[in-house]
Amino acid sequence: MNLTNTKKEIEMADVEAGSSDAILEPPKPSAEARQVHAQAKRIDAEKLNIYYGDFLAVRDVTVSIQPNKVTALIGSSGCGKSTFLRSLNRMHELIDGAHVEGKVLLDGTDIYAPSMDPVLVRQQIGMVFQQPNPFPTMSIYENTAAGLRLNRKKMKKVEMDTIVEKSLRGAHLWEEVKDRLNKPASGLSGGQQQRLCIARATAIEPEVLLMDEPCSALDPIATLAIEDLINELKKRFTIVIVTHNMQQAARASDYTGFFNIEKSGDPGVLIEIDDTEKIFSNPSLKETEDYVSGRFG
Amino acid sequence: MSGSAVSVPLGDNSGVLPRRATLIVFAASAIASALISLALGLSPFVWLLFTGLIGLAGITVWSLAVEGRRRALDRVMSVAIMEVFVLAMVPLLSLIYTVVSKGLARFDSEFLTSSMRGVLAEGGGALHAALGTFIITAVATVAAVPVGVLAAIYLVEYGKGRLKRSITFFVDVMMGIPSIVAGLFAFALFAIFFGPGIRLGVMGSVALAVLMIPIVIRSAEEMLRVVPNALREASYALGVPKWLTVLRVVLPTALAGIVTGVMLAVARVIGETAPLLITTGSTTSTNLNPFDGRMANLPVYVYQQYKFPGVPPEPYIERAWAGALLLIVIVMVLFLAARLIARRYGVEIRR
Amino acid sequence: MNAGTLSTPEEPKAGKAHTRFGDRAFSGLATAAGLTILVVLAGVAIFLLSEAWPAITAPVADLPNGENLVKYIWPLVFGTLISSAIAIVIAVPMAVAVALFTSHLAPKAISMSVSYLVDLLAAIPSIIYGIWGIAVLGPASVPVTQWLADNLGFIPLFEGPASTTGRTMLVAGMVLALMILPIVSAVAREVFQQTPKGLQESALALGATRWEMIRMVVLPFGRSAVVAGSMLGLGRALGETMAVTIILSVSGIVTFNLISSENPSTIAANIALQFPESSGLDVNVLIATGLVLFAITLAVNMVARAIISRREASGER
Repeated sequence: MNLTNTKKEIEMADVEAGSSDAILEPPKPSAEARQVHAQAKRIDAEKLNIYYGDFLAVRDVTVSIQPNKVTALIGSSGCGKSTFLRSLNRMHELIDGAHVEGKVLLDGTDIYAPSMDPVLVRQQIGMVFQQPNPFPTMSIYENTAAGLRLNRKKMKKVEMDTIVEKSLRGAHLWEEVKDRLNKPASGLSGGQQQRLCIARATAIEPEVLLMDEPCSALDPIATLAIEDLINELKKRFTIVIVTHNMQQAARASDYTGFFNIEKSGDPGVLIEIDDTEKIFSNPSLKETEDYVSGRFG
Repeated sequence: MSGSAVSVPLGDNSGVLPRRATLIVFAASAIASALISLALGLSPFVWLLFTGLIGLAGITVWSLAVEGRRRALDRVMSVAIMEVFVLAMVPLLSLIYTVVSKGLARFDSEFLTSSMRGVLAEGGGALHAALGTFIITAVATVAAVPVGVLAAIYLVEYGKGRLKRSITFFVDVMMGIPSIVAGLFAFALFAIFFGPGIRLGVMGSVALAVLMIPIVIRSAEEMLRVVPNALREASYALGVPKWLTVLRVVLPTALAGIVTGVMLAVARVIGETAPLLITTGSTTSTNLNPFDGRMANLPVYVYQQYKFPGVPPEPYIERAWAGALLLIVIVMVLFLAARLIARRYGVEIRR
Repeated sequence: MNAGTLSTPEEPKAGKAHTRFGDRAFSGLATAAGLTILVVLAGVAIFLLSEAWPAITAPVADLPNGENLVKYIWPLVFGTLISSAIAIVIAVPMAVAVALFTSHLAPKAISMSVSYLVDLLAAIPSIIYGIWGIAVLGPASVPVTQWLADNLGFIPLFEGPASTTGRTMLVAGMVLALMILPIVSAVAREVFQQTPKGLQESALALGATRWEMIRMVVLPFGRSAVVAGSMLGLGRALGETMAVTIILSVSGIVTFNLISSENPSTIAANIALQFPESSGLDVNVLIATGLVLFAITLAVNMVARAIISRREASGER
């Protein structure tokens, strides 16, 4: 079963979105990797229940996440949107006792299939975290190349340099750091660190980029810079972003999903997902309307 | 004094002593006790003691008269705590002064470059003992550090359930093993295989390793634990397998702390005397092979020169002090280097 | 990175865990290191027991001085306990004061270097404490013990006659106190520093003086830590060998008289003194005494751990 077999489905699903086949980007450095880069991959969650031990945190999520689009997940604190996000690249199971039921399909392949190696899943589905977390022992260059280096990819220096430059440019960071690539990453500002983390995540060329409140630790200017970046990154990646910031969801995303929770202790449920415009102007459900029209989580 | 309620500001005598009151009182009492000491011909230590007592009494009386009971108590306790602290530091200073002043007499090039081979009274040195100490400690370190660090990695990164709990428990038990018992263990281990007369350098290393392992585990564990989980997650999210994450993200982040802990552990065991006394034996000449015969080492050298001097005793005692000085210098260098590494290479970790 | 590698159904592995070789090898190595701890401790117990066994089973007549093993060990246990008791009594109050000084009284600028100094104190080898004790503290103690014998001789502890060399149980205990002081004060300091700022500030805001704040907030908060630290120090004092070996001139008697020249030895010091000259059954007897020492320190350390973990279980408060 090769993942490219499912490509037809994507195209069908993506008709309305206006496909982004003609992506402008430099040729890929590594020859065997995705020679024909048509588009990033889609994610389908099917009847996904997410547990912490016996506690059901998120219930019965079935959703399609469109390729090369930005999907924002909103909802009040503790509603399970971050938990759901972390289950999309099997980060969730790193917590003791955490597990899921149901399926998550990456272009039709179930990433929770028994034969699936979570490490390889995460190479395909990258993640950016709430707090910028560059590796403190590494320089800016080493941080950007970390995904390749840590996996002991054998690579010529020139190739590595190319990838690092491309990733940093892609993260709008190159101009700011090109003269101090060998300085520790801890010397960067919070916003720069977060963009470095995005560069690090994109350097291994994943299909999907998950972002867990990537701007909540940043000031408004750095936040805008990241939102611009997200807008550009969707040309190359499928993006799922969890955010507390309603304007951010409205500004930066194509689709918005709303997680709700009946009362404390109940599982979170994805009650509505639609075009961002519709969610913020004319949502189908009253709960969604209440939430987006003023009550902040 | 009616206002014993805490909210009433310090009772009726709300006068306040001048800002440098304590300093003034102690300067006065230092002079007073100096006069007494000179008159009675007492030692500097007694002078210090008198200064403390007179000063304490002085500040008590003055503060009671001006500031009232509660503030006086505050002053008295602060001064008393500081004095106890000074009292605790006096022996340390005396110890260092004694070792340096007595040790310098024989801390010469002959001492550092010759052994005790053929030395009857005068002369001789501790080269053989210093080399022995380095070899024995190095072998112990080489054995203890990998086991200790890997066990710490097990406890922090992999361990769960009953096995983790019992290993944690037994590390505590191991921490409490008296050094002489570690020596007895090393002796018993080798005696069973090689007979009771056996004395080897490596037996001492085994004993020291038993003492070092729990110290290394505890400090490495602590250092691994403060590595933020966010770094592990960042690495996993890049599709890095767990073992490479531990090896190439977690360990480098904790490295400076682990090295510091190892050096402090070495400093702790390098001066251990008791376990070596019963395992390595002692000799007068240089032996560089830990697997062949008795091996001299500094702590035992100091002990034997001091405890069993020949005739005349002076050269032996002097060598003991010089050996003690050498030992203290080694320990201090290790200690300061450890601190330096921690400060210089320690990774700033956001909590 | 490589799209083709995501689906690798060619090698379906049984079970959910798909582990790679590196992971298995490394976690196996770490677990093996953890298990080594258990093996080493089991080794300590087994080898000590097997070497002590001949002494435990030997007929009384073959033992040193033809004495019962218990009779042989008792004065040593007594000496061990009394020297450690002196050490604890002296060290704990001083350690609390030192800890309070570094955590609450010393100006920020010097409290750091003071902590270093105290830690350094812990790193000085015991043999050096020993020769300092006999060369400096012992002689310095003679006039004091003489005075104690003359004026307080009615108390059994100071019965005298006072030693003229200063090689007394009191001096040995004082040196032990110095050696454990850094351990106790490090534990206490750690916890004093963790006293919640909010509690301290609210006490001060109520108008308490600094000492009242320490007495009402800091000391109660750190009490169990002081107890636990003291137990750890006690464990160290019980097993400490060289200082006692070198200071005391021993005779196998049992006495509470702390200042005479006749003193009981301690288990550890006795081993260090006798072992190099012993052979045959005597060695086994010494190892048996070592086992007793191990058991005593183990018990003390367990009590300390229990106190610490109970404190942790009851929350940070």
